[in-house]
Amino acid sequence: MSGSLAERSEPDPRTASGPLLDVSGIKLSFGGIKALDDVSFTVDSGQIVGLIGPNGAGKTTMFNCLSRVYVPNEGQIRFKGQPILKEPTHRIADIGIGRTFQNLALFKTMTVLQNVMVGGHCTTASGFIGNALRLPSVRREEDELVGRAWSLISYLGLESVAHARVSDLPFGTQKRVEIGRALASKPTLLLMDEPAGGLNHEEIGGLGDLIRQIRDERDITVLIVEHHMSLVMAISDKVVALDFGRKLAEGTPAEVQKDPEVIRAYLGTND
Amino acid sequence: MPTRNPADMLQIAGIEMVSWRRIWLVAGLVIAIALPFLFEGFTVFQLTRALIYAIAILGLNLLTGFNGQFSLGHSAFFAIGAYTTAIMMDRWEVAYYWTILPAAAVCFVAGFLFGLPALRLEGLYLALATFALATATPQILKYEPVAKFTGGVQGLDVFPDDSPVSFLSNDQWWYYFTLVVALIAFLVAWNLVRGRTGRAMIAIRDNPIASKTMGINTALYKSLTFGVSAAFTGVAGALEAIVIQFVAPDSFTFLLAVSFLVGLVVGGIGSIPGAIFGGLFILLIPNWADQISQGLSWAIYGLFLIGAVYVMPAGAAGLVRLVTMRLAKKPSG
Ligand SMILES: Nc1ncnc2c1ncn2[C@@H]1O[C@H](COP(=O)(O)OP(=O)(O)OP(=O)(O)O)[C@@H](O)[C@H]1O
Ligand SMILES: [Mg+2]
Repeated sequence: MSGSLAERSEPDPRTASGPLLDVSGIKLSFGGIKALDDVSFTVDSGQIVGLIGPNGAGKTTMFNCLSRVYVPNEGQIRFKGQPILKEPTHRIADIGIGRTFQNLALFKTMTVLQNVMVGGHCTTASGFIGNALRLPSVRREEDELVGRAWSLISYLGLESVAHARVSDLPFGTQKRVEIGRALASKPTLLLMDEPAGGLNHEEIGGLGDLIRQIRDERDITVLIVEHHMSLVMAISDKVVALDFGRKLAEGTPAEVQKDPEVIRAYLGTND
Repeated sequence: MPTRNPADMLQIAGIEMVSWRRIWLVAGLVIAIALPFLFEGFTVFQLTRALIYAIAILGLNLLTGFNGQFSLGHSAFFAIGAYTTAIMMDRWEVAYYWTILPAAAVCFVAGFLFGLPALRLEGLYLALATFALATATPQILKYEPVAKFTGGVQGLDVFPDDSPVSFLSNDQWWYYFTLVVALIAFLVAWNLVRGRTGRAMIAIRDNPIASKTMGINTALYKSLTFGVSAAFTGVAGALEAIVIQFVAPDSFTFLLAVSFLVGLVVGGIGSIPGAIFGGLFILLIPNWADQISQGLSWAIYGLFLIGAVYVMPAGAAGLVRLVTMRLAKKPSG
């Protein structure tokens, strides 16, 4: 712990100029399965980066490493130049990495508004004593958080369901609530795991616009896992392709689409 | 701009739900204040004990209902609270009203410390660990080195001052004293639950991994919730010692812990006002069962319990919610 604190206080020369996210040599196995096998890539500040690959390629596992839900067996992850793997999981939101989940991980007994407010947990600080007494500072913090949650709810067009229990909502709407909850933590980097799940063709177009808006208006860098190729290729500045835990390609959408290894992985031919 | 919750705007008899809630709150308070003048001494004493149990159940509810941590051991914290008060009054002749907060503090520490290893346990395993706590407590209270303070098997007598108000009997006075403590306890619980702390507690119950990802220090929150829960139940124990004027190890058996759990379920898991119904249930129903037939009192209690769970699967609070939902209409125009 003391080691990581010392590292953090030293000015890192790469903070200013280097990539926002620097993933290097990540390996993680579950029993015999190599879910991630020496994966390295970078995400620059202000980019939208797509992470693609067939089912079971290791995309969600990569997200779980980035949000410290899993600890890789080997490798290093740097965010704003600082190593993050030594941080406890609950510090990651505070550091500036927010995420949505592929199979929904909402707080199912809570309303949409409450879910978004939990997303703002790391931006607020009141504790048990302050809340027990409902001090004026707690009230102010709560008002500010409610205001911020509401502006996100209207940004995402969720006003009409704001007071509904999330478990009563359709899958696609719940995915949108997840985006709101992640944005409430004011992230620098947003990880989105298959945000197009449960959406129809038209809605997917809207999602693409939304992701661009999130990047442009809110200054948030986006790393997105998505099977919907036309969406990923349309919005990404860069695409990273995985298969069987290995990185196949990294480059512009055009480059990755032409990559013979990527084509082979998607056509499903074995070598 | 924030819009109002449509559920609050529903009406019964032309009056909005928010206003109904206020009406019930005021009516409940008026009834609570009037009760000692409507009933004779023993009933007032019983109502006092029901309030005390309500506070204990409220504590359990914070832990189990809101945070999802199961406890079969809350009789232990009830005992620690009761003995803190009894020992302070017996040894140091502290006035009873100065023992409530120390009892809360001691139980908070005990609960927090127990909550740390409990972090590694979930569901049934946590139930077993807390069960061990409940069964060990009466024995520890009787154990030789500890018995010096606790009075061992004989327990301790405590002698609180008589009612300082001339027109109130002692029974009435203890009722009002308990009522004030209970009101504070319910207000504090409500404040905890509706704010940042409560959202974190519920989030952990609903989805521990997502909670961590949202920046909630789940380990710290779970052990703090354990401490806070124990503190509430400890306050109830302290009140019990004062009101009964006696503590003994065998009042704090595993059966008491199960009673709290019964009160929690019957009142409504995750409902704050439900704890009052739970307290009344676990105090009154065993008495009634006893009056109906001493030989079969447990069987009758069991029937009441099955009946209650059958009629109110989500507890008394759930039944109230269901009935209001049936009656409520959208505002016209
Ligand atoms: N907790 C776990 N325990 C065991 N195996 C796991 C675990 N998590 C992932 N795996 C395995 O790791 C591999 C990668 O899974 P992952 O979920 O990362 O794939 P993915 O690229 O997200 O796939 P999809 O597109 O289907 O979501 C799979 O073989 C999966 O079975
Ligand atoms: Mg996945």
